[in-house]
Amino acid sequence: MSTIAHDDHHDHKPTGLKRWFFSTNHKDIGTLYLIFALTMFFIGGAMAMIIRAELFQPGLQFVDPQFYNSMVTVHALIMIFGAVMPAGVGLANWMIPLMIGAPDMALPRMNNMSFWILPFAFALLLSTLFMDGGAPAGGWTMYPPLVLQTGDAFPFLIFAVHFLGISSIMGAINIIATVFNMRAPGMTLMQMPLFVWTWVITSFLLIASLPVLAGGVTMLLTDKYFGTSFFDAAGGGDPVLFQHIFWFFGHPEVYILALPAFGIVSQIIPAFARKPLFGYASMVYATASIAILSFFVWAHHMFTVGLPIKGELFFMYATMLIAVPTGVKVFNWIATMWKGSMTFETPMLFSVAFVILFTIGGFSGLMLGITPVDFQYHDTYFVVAHFHYVLLTGAIFALMAAAYYWLPKWTGNMYDERLGKIHFWLSLISSNVLFFPQHFLGLAGMPRRIPDYNIQFADFNMISSIGGFAYGITQLLFVYIVIKCAMGGKKARARSWDGAKGLEWEVPSPAPFHTFETPPKLTKKVLESLY
Amino acid sequence: MDNKKGVKKTTASLLLFTVFMFGFGYGLVPLYDVFCKITGLNGKTIRVTENINREAIVTDRLIKVQFDANINGDLPWTLQPNQRIMRVQPGKFYEAVYTVKNIKDKDITGQAIPSVSPQVASLYFKKAECFCFVNQLLKAGETKEMVVRFEVDKDLPEDVAELTLSYTFFRVKKVASIN
Repeated sequence: MSTIAHDDHHDHKPTGLKRWFFSTNHKDIGTLYLIFALTMFFIGGAMAMIIRAELFQPGLQFVDPQFYNSMVTVHALIMIFGAVMPAGVGLANWMIPLMIGAPDMALPRMNNMSFWILPFAFALLLSTLFMDGGAPAGGWTMYPPLVLQTGDAFPFLIFAVHFLGISSIMGAINIIATVFNMRAPGMTLMQMPLFVWTWVITSFLLIASLPVLAGGVTMLLTDKYFGTSFFDAAGGGDPVLFQHIFWFFGHPEVYILALPAFGIVSQIIPAFARKPLFGYASMVYATASIAILSFFVWAHHMFTVGLPIKGELFFMYATMLIAVPTGVKVFNWIATMWKGSMTFETPMLFSVAFVILFTIGGFSGLMLGITPVDFQYHDTYFVVAHFHYVLLTGAIFALMAAAYYWLPKWTGNMYDERLGKIHFWLSLISSNVLFFPQHFLGLAGMPRRIPDYNIQFADFNMISSIGGFAYGITQLLFVYIVIKCAMGGKKARARSWDGAKGLEWEVPSPAPFHTFETPPKLTKKVLESLY
Repeated sequence: MDNKKGVKKTTASLLLFTVFMFGFGYGLVPLYDVFCKITGLNGKTIRVTENINREAIVTDRLIKVQFDANINGDLPWTLQPNQRIMRVQPGKFYEAVYTVKNIKDKDITGQAIPSVSPQVASLYFKKAECFCFVNQLLKAGETKEMVVRFEVDKDLPEDVAELTLSYTFFRVKKVASIN
């Protein structure tokens, strides 16, 4: 390890496997994160295909209900902890040092470790598919007492969650340490690109919420094996307590998935509208408000457990309150586009789609936040539609936008714009065919996490499944586009997009292995170009 | 600009914060109990010591108390209240008896958990004697009578005319009692 660290001081890369296993270079680790996330996206996606195949028709066709429930559970865990979060951390690794003019992350070895924990954790989780009693099937929320009935897979689930938490916390500490201590001289916090800001705030959310989840799952573990009864009524515990602990983590978690996406589109929309971001300061404050509020709304996930009426009202109003800073952000994105000289390259298409579709997901979230209404919608496909709008057409669309936006910087080549646009339009149409009908299914009362359904739901489920298969196949096109771009293509300029702003566009494309070893001079002109 | 000292300081304080939040997760457990006690949620009942010298408060009000019994899961016991309904005056102590029987030819330990509904009434339901929250050993085929001595507080809200006391017996395996 020390020889590699030594190598880093010279201007040549370590080679072969060593380069990747022992890497302390933020760009290499960023690449590893992104490739890992894409791999997990396909594994989790394959599980979604199994789910949609089973739901194509009423009745049981392909898998038994236990396995179906495993698919639902593991799909969620993989997509959240394996795809969206690592993709966000990968982007942060790649882009934050470039955006703030730092030579690398503050803690490069910890960076290496936080990545390499991930394959290990997912090996634990995925190995449960082959165990007696099958993979965890009690839902990703791991509610007791159901989750305690998991077979041999149970401790693997708990330890996988522990490792994922440790990895994310280390990543978060690294990001904050980097941003607070390694900005180029002269760059104040309020001059940082918004992507950096959203990641700082996301990191604080991670550090504040993941340890609570770690505590909660540890209690599950001791309840099962060491005779404690935190959640066991037989010993005087209460299973509802777990739901409180889980959602104290779980609600900030949804913003951990969403805030980096906000940061991404806040970089891309100004670039393609050729106007500075509207209301930079209000964007920062709105992001911080969302983050703080996210710790006071957790019980809106559990309106039906028997909360006192005052509690339900409090959590309902607090939930509605989050719509205000979110509305500020949506307003600012639209105001940035207003009278801009817009062009619609693939990153911009994904970003505009993000703004529209995330807002639809936000509206269905508002509906779910109304307590009396939630009693009807709770645990139906309406919830499934809601969170897939904010996570798939929200977070994933933003991550796709980021990939297209920065691919020229990463590879030095422009991607195939025509294929990129085809990928976008197919994704847009198929994801809406996939998820829009699920609103109707939920409103009509179809419960989630059930492999069979009443025949009255058959038509919409068939439409939804067709959309699902189309979306799944479309993503293979993305892989092809990325590989094609990495192999060659039109050479990218340092500033790959006319309107792109920020320090990352001051370094050549592809970004050399070492950048900003001497800090950039932040002249007035450069600073003005930052935002 | 490679601010080594700053990085160390930030990292240390963030690690400390991580540990603190892990502890906070565990802190939520007693916090939750306190919250439930104050609000009377969860129907957890109140233990009191009976003051024999206290003068009985005479009111005309009669509260209907219903008794309910459940066996959880795979415990081979039967549990029955000897009285289904009692009409009680608030402010006075009463005794109710449950009969519990082990129908297996094996010694088994169980533990009872009480609950009062409506939840608001649990704040006013006070027990001087109860067989709950402790391990109860029943020999093979043994029958036992278990007593609960309780009073309904005179401050019970006017709109509560009846309440239910429910006991559930759980099998004690490796589960430790919290009391």
